[in-house]
This record gives sequence, C-alpha cells and structure tokens, in this order.
Amino acid sequence: MENEIFQLQYALDTFYFLVCGALVMWMAAGFSMLEAGLVRSKNTTEILTKNVALYAIACIMYMVCGYAIMYGGDIMLSTITGDGVTGAEEPATYAPSADFFFQVVFVATAMSIVSGAVAERMKLWAFLAFAVVMTGFIYPMEGSWTWGGNPVFGMYTLGDLGFLDFAGSGIVHMAGAAAALAGVLLLGARKGKYGEDGSVKAIPGANLPMATLGTFILWMGWFGFNGGSVLATASVDSANAVAIVFMNTNAAAAGGLIAAMVTARMIFGKADLTMTLNGALAGLVAITAGPDTPSALQATLFGAVGGVLVVFSILTLDKLKIDDPVGAISVHGVVGLLGLLLVPITNGDSSFSGQIIGALTIFGWVFGTSLIVFGIIKAVMGIRVTAEEEYEGVDLSECGMEAYPEFTMK
Amino acid sequence: MKLITAIVKPFKLDDVREALSEIGVQGITVTEVKGFGRQKGHTELYRGAEYVVDFLPKVKIEVAVGAALVEQTIEAITKAANTGKIGDGKVFVSPLEQVIRIRTGETGEEAI
Repeated sequence: MENEIFQLQYALDTFYFLVCGALVMWMAAGFSMLEAGLVRSKNTTEILTKNVALYAIACIMYMVCGYAIMYGGDIMLSTITGDGVTGAEEPATYAPSADFFFQVVFVATAMSIVSGAVAERMKLWAFLAFAVVMTGFIYPMEGSWTWGGNPVFGMYTLGDLGFLDFAGSGIVHMAGAAAALAGVLLLGARKGKYGEDGSVKAIPGANLPMATLGTFILWMGWFGFNGGSVLATASVDSANAVAIVFMNTNAAAAGGLIAAMVTARMIFGKADLTMTLNGALAGLVAITAGPDTPSALQATLFGAVGGVLVVFSILTLDKLKIDDPVGAISVHGVVGLLGLLLVPITNGDSSFSGQIIGALTIFGWVFGTSLIVFGIIKAVMGIRVTAEEEYEGVDLSECGMEAYPEFTMK
Repeated sequence: MKLITAIVKPFKLDDVREALSEIGVQGITVTEVKGFGRQKGHTELYRGAEYVVDFLPKVKIEVAVGAALVEQTIEAITKAANTGKIGDGKVFVSPLEQVIRIRTGETGEEAI
C-alpha cells in the first residue's frame, strides 16, 4: 500500500513538474512576441531568429555541461537514467529527467532577457556565441552556488547566510539582466536614441498588439515558473503551497500593471502601454523570489512597488544613456534585486544581509564574466553591425529577409 | 476640362465621395498621402520621450471634370470636407489638355 501511494505521488509530482516546465518553455514565445513588438519592423526577423536560436542553444549547452556544473553528475547527462540519478543518496520523488527539463527552460529564460536589451544593433552570430557561454557556463556557475548549494569558490555558502530565492528573481532574472547590462555597455546606444544635447529620443516599437500578447504569454508561463518551483504537488501541504504561489504570482502581476500605468499617467500625462506591460512583468519579477509566504494583499503591494520602480528605472537608465529597447534591465535587473530584498519581510528563513550578499555575488559574477566574454567576442569578430546596416535594419544584413515584405515602405 | 486635386482629412473621404456622386461626377482617384501644411505635425509620447510626427496622413482625391462641372465640384468638395478646424486641406485646380478613354479611344469631354 505504502509503495503504491509513493508511486502515485512520484507520478503526480513528475507530471506536475513536466507541465510546469512546458509552461516555462512557452515563456520563450512570450519573450519573442514582446521583443518583436517593441523593436522597429526592420529588425523583426532578426530578433525572432535570436529568440528561437538562443532557446535551442540553451537546451543543448545545458545538456552538454550546464546541468552538470549546476547540480553535479556527468556531462551530456550520462548519469541521468530513466529511474533515477546513479549514485544519488536519496531516492528522488520525481523523475530526474523531469528535473532536467524543468531546469533547462529556466536557462533559456535568463538568456531571453539579454536579447531584448541588445536588440536592433547587435550582430546575430556574436550574440549566439555569447549565448553558448552564458547558458553553458556563466549561468550554471551561479546556479550551482544558489540552487545547487555549492560554496562560492570554496569561500562561503549563500544558503548558510540566509539567502533565499524561491524561483529566481536573482538567480534567473537579475542574472539575465546583468549579462544584458554588460552587453549594452559594450555595444552603445542605438543610433538616434540620444541627441547630442543629452535629449532622449523615442524609437517607437512596431507592433504593440504583439507586445501585449507577449506579456500575457509571459504572465501565463510564470505560473509554471513560480508554481513549478514548489517542486511538488502530490500532498495537501504542497498542493496548498502551489495554490498560494499561483494566487500570489497573479496578484503581483496585477499590482505591478496598475501601479506602472498610474505612475506613467502621473509623470507623462498619458497611460503609456509599453510601460504598463513592463509593469506587469515587474510585478511578476518582484514576487518570484518569494511567492510562497506573502498574503495576497502583500503580493499585490510587492508587485505594485515593482511596477512603480520599473518606470523610474527605465527613465533613469535613459538619462544615463543606457539604451535598452524593451526595458529588460529595469524589469529583470532592478526589480529582480527588489524581489530579493522583499523576501525577508514575509519569510523569516532569509535575512537582508544574506539577500544582499547573494545579489552581489550573482551580479558580480554574471556582470564580470559577461563583460569579459562580450569583450573577447568584440575583439575577435565585433559585436555591432555597421551604421549602414543598422539604418537599413538588421533583418536584411543578418537574415536576408524582411518580416513584412509586402507592406514595408522604405 | 480641369483636373481638380483635393487634399482632405481621411475621415472626410466618404462625405466627399457622396457629395461628388450627387452632382454627377463619374469617377475619382483616391491616394493615401502624407504631408504638412499650416497644421504641421504633432507630438506623440513613447516611454516618456516625446517625438514629432512631421507628416500627417491625408487623402488625395483627383477628379477630372468638364467645364460645366468645375464650380460645382469645387463647391461639393469644400463643403463636404470642411470641419472649420486647422488641417482641412486644399483644393488645386489645373487645366487638363486631353483625356482618352482607353477602351473606346474616345477623347476630350466624351472620355470623362
């Protein structure tokens, strides 16, 4: 009897894990649509190519060595078999390959964040070269120090210091934003974004219905992102935890959206849709580090704080001439940090000092290594398209085809 | 014969077409165009940054008419397209040397 219940639990948890992984996989579609909507039409094909290619690269590199670096085991997943990890101390409560599948889609999410920030000016192949290193090495290293539980270069263990990041405000989102920031700093702004007098010029996105669809897809995928991070659902306790996480994830997104919309209305006099969309994502990022402990009201307020912060962050980055076409650094980086710092308010297992040390560790590692890798790629093959290619659109120079060949007026 | 070219606000196109049909105009050519006049462009806002839209969308209507219909046509267009606000557009009248109907080879007012 006991064995039968265990089998049922194993099957249910594995099934839940896989469905959540599929939901997170769908976030790749969300990022693709969001980014395709917020760039100009002449750069659409290229941003879509980057998004599909980075997803596939993440899947391959995490299989080759990323998972092994993060959680142990051998490269190429050779120690993962159908019925468990060879040599594991305890019997798993779900299929090990389901764990790999759930983890690999998170890597792709982190990498998707980079593509939006460097959009409209970065060379396709230089970006993909970076994606190989990011998903195969940079992300798995910081993942091993956090979710993997390994000490940071043998010096300190983040978990012991009170660092807690439930589904990855810091580990996934801020990490992606740190790499994005390094890329943007080396790339420079898009031509025409900033005037010589320091003024900020608008470069409107081509397709706001697409950006809105992308945001809703991300919002939906986030239920897998946060909900799956409970790692189990086959008991009353874990089922309750999953339900709370779903509820709070949704509440935070709603709070962030309204807060950003109202903030934009108060600052600009108009309800800016792109800011509003960024607000929903900011709410989601803000709750990701701790969706299991706040009340629904607290989650809504946490999301709202993220929604307000993201608007000011986007405006501040523009003042600093850090050109981020989709607001990825603000949404995932600045609000990712906020998410980490909000956890100790409702969760006694974490501490502010632990969260700050964890954030500094993740940011320092990812930003530093990304700067080096982008720097090497820049020296070897260059990372930015020529001024003429940028003017004509990277669709033609990188992919040789337009996204809307029948009604693009040149 | 005259070629009457009118630049009007896009949302007035239907009114103008009806007014022209009523006075017996047989055909018109319509083009979506962009440009500026005294109305200039206008500013829009995107993520907190203002940008100027220099050229506003308008509709260009071209009508070829015989001498008898010229005044009526101008009146119909100006009446139908008038909102009293800036940006209503203009009507240009220019002489038309020759008109040929391709199918039959008719020329002059016969061909209009």
